[in-house]
Amino acid sequence: MCLTLSARRTFGASALAASLLLVSCAGPRPATTDSAGMEFDDTVAVGILHSLSGTMAISETTLSEVEKMAIEEINAAGGVTVDGKTYEITWIEEDGASDWPTFAEKAKKLIDQDQVPVVFGGWTSASRKAMLPVFEARDAFLYYPIQYEGQECSRNIFYTGATPNQQAEPAVEFMFKESPVAGKPFFLIGSDYVFPRTSNTITKAQLESLGGEVVGEDYLPLGNTEVAPIIAKIKKALPDGGAIINTLNGDQNVAFFKQMQAAGLTPENGYYVMSFSIAEVEIDTIGPEYLADHFAAWNFFQAIDTPASQKFTESFQARYGEDRVTNDPMESAYNMVYLWKAGVEKANSFDDNLVREALIGVTFDAPQGPIEVMPNHHISQTVRIGQVTPDGQFDILSTSDGPIDPQAWNQFEPSSKGYACDWSDPGKGEKYRL
Amino acid sequence: MSLFFESLFNGAAIGSVLLIAALGLAVVFGLMGVINLAHGELIMLGAYTTYVVQSLFKLPLLAPLFGAYIFVAVVAAFLVSGLVGLLLERSVIRRLYGRPLETLLATWGVSLILQQFVRTVPLAWSTGLWLAAMVGLAGPPVMNRLWGPRQRPWRLRLGCWVVAVAVGVACAGWIRGAMPKLASASARNVDVTAPRWLRGGLDLGDWTLPIPRLVIIGLTILAVLAVYWFLNRSLWGLRIRAVTQNRAMSDCLGIPTQAVDALTFAVGSGLAGVAGVAVSLLGSVGPNVGGDYIVGCFMVVVLGGVGNLWGAVVASAGIGVLTDVIGAGRLLEIWPRMPAWLQQGVEFFATTSMARVLVFALIVLVLQVRPAGLFPQRGRMAEV
Repeated sequence: MCLTLSARRTFGASALAASLLLVSCAGPRPATTDSAGMEFDDTVAVGILHSLSGTMAISETTLSEVEKMAIEEINAAGGVTVDGKTYEITWIEEDGASDWPTFAEKAKKLIDQDQVPVVFGGWTSASRKAMLPVFEARDAFLYYPIQYEGQECSRNIFYTGATPNQQAEPAVEFMFKESPVAGKPFFLIGSDYVFPRTSNTITKAQLESLGGEVVGEDYLPLGNTEVAPIIAKIKKALPDGGAIINTLNGDQNVAFFKQMQAAGLTPENGYYVMSFSIAEVEIDTIGPEYLADHFAAWNFFQAIDTPASQKFTESFQARYGEDRVTNDPMESAYNMVYLWKAGVEKANSFDDNLVREALIGVTFDAPQGPIEVMPNHHISQTVRIGQVTPDGQFDILSTSDGPIDPQAWNQFEPSSKGYACDWSDPGKGEKYRL
Repeated sequence: MSLFFESLFNGAAIGSVLLIAALGLAVVFGLMGVINLAHGELIMLGAYTTYVVQSLFKLPLLAPLFGAYIFVAVVAAFLVSGLVGLLLERSVIRRLYGRPLETLLATWGVSLILQQFVRTVPLAWSTGLWLAAMVGLAGPPVMNRLWGPRQRPWRLRLGCWVVAVAVGVACAGWIRGAMPKLASASARNVDVTAPRWLRGGLDLGDWTLPIPRLVIIGLTILAVLAVYWFLNRSLWGLRIRAVTQNRAMSDCLGIPTQAVDALTFAVGSGLAGVAGVAVSLLGSVGPNVGGDYIVGCFMVVVLGGVGNLWGAVVASAGIGVLTDVIGAGRLLEIWPRMPAWLQQGVEFFATTSMARVLVFALIVLVLQVRPAGLFPQRGRMAEV
């Protein structure tokens, strides 16, 4: 009979004896082996919680894919090392089902039952807000990868997406100062829910301080694709062209861009749209012929011409298909797995609270360029403005001079002006006056 | 004056989308009294058919004719949704006549099945499946008509189904090879690209008329006229109206009422498919697209008066013009010197969300005064 070690955690001082035993059997068999033949002392399971079904599944499954890719890359490079022991990362995946209470329920399950040290998850702000109390009550940790409206700074969340000052503000400034419609009036359009409304409040305050003019604002109810009245309004409000700031969601963009073009509100006629939720994946479904020459602002574009960026896209395509594209939310999800690994190794422990402290100041050479975890649990990131090309990619027009520090509390919004967040100092915390 | 025309055009544009989406339902719900919650999914199938036809015209052989694919798509979408409707009627709906609640639940279930179907089955296989069903069902009657009745009909039917399966599998395989985008299933929305001539606007002096909207208005007018002609001038239309008015008497007089039911439902479903083509010109094409339209469809049919084609026309035009006048804030232009308090009120409602609320509120008010809709008509509903 041959001895196989099924209980991996027993692998300790007896390792030598066990391996001698194993050698004497049919063949050598280490405690855990991944496909690349790596050997590990132990395993650690992390939680992945995205919508794999429902309306958000289209977007969120891509995050789950890159997170698994990052985990397997880390394993192939030797796993996580804590206290001199190497750990293979495995994952326990749950489906948030595009339903916010389900996110909270699954988060509870991952923390209480599976006892994972970390959860990577979420996309919509609603899902994050639903999970927040669960993580705070258990003092557990959520890593959240999406650009969002800010105005939040939880002790128990690491936000690896952009805050408004890392996406919306540079974008609006670009439209006002450098774009072909510089100095022209603005029209704001979005889907009717929290992110567009908050984002536009900030944009309005920003334009006021820049001396820009907002001539109109409208919101399309979710699930409604009749944009004819909005287009009539844009025509009336911007008779000689202008800048349109677009925070529409998913499908509604398709109706909006198709009908903008049909109504003659095109870049040739002086109407330029800056979108905050159109990345490479969306261009593919809307069709580049409707989007060409419009703008988008992100931290990462697939078109970034650096070895790190190309390697990221190449390994994604090698795993999931040559026709797939990468985009900003995916890059952000990829980064957060690596940041967590770096935090664990710096803390030399899987303990949440030690990792939380250690993570601040951790740097990572991300596909977008170097990023750093700041004391407010957000990430310093490089901001880029891209223009859509006819082949469905972006032409990067402007890149910020190095990474920009995140502001969890927006400095244009009166209720949060003058406040900041700092978890490295016990006296400051979530929201303190600068 | 230009304001008047612009408002009228926009109203017609919004209304025509509502009408073409509701036309099939006006037939199915209006004439047959079937509450078909899967109507939105039949629209979705039409939109996906447009996508498949478009992919076909992107192949090198047909690429020169790309500009004309939309006409092929209209016919194909009518056939695809019509056939699915026919199968739906024969398998589910006919067992539930006169039981509105069960029909409602069953068709809702069907709508979920259809949504999940397009998410999980690659379009290549769906197309093959549809072709197989078409050949298998249409083969025997066509051959009987061409060569007279057979001695052993079961042999003919079996032969047809064998051919049908072969055709379906061959076609699906060919599509997989020729159009890799259709080879794998995806829940992601697909990109229907209108031909170049359908993408721009028509410049008329000061303002631009969006060409897709013009095409949809034209398509809607054609569809309404065709339905009117079919119901009022053709033999089967006469039979449908007869069954609508008095089923028992029609049956006694030798009208094949079951065939009439099946045909009516298939025509209504086919019209939903045509609406799918129109919808794909304006917005996105995905598994959930039907849900965006189903409420509007029922709104139009109920407001117009169940069973009345012209009621649906008037209702959709009315909703279209109201949505535009309220949502785009045109009242302020029509009456620039209105009192300040009224102006505030108008501005409050001049957003898309609030316009929708107000239009719904007005519909509720109208239905309070005229509970059976604008143009009530007695029909088979009275039997139920």
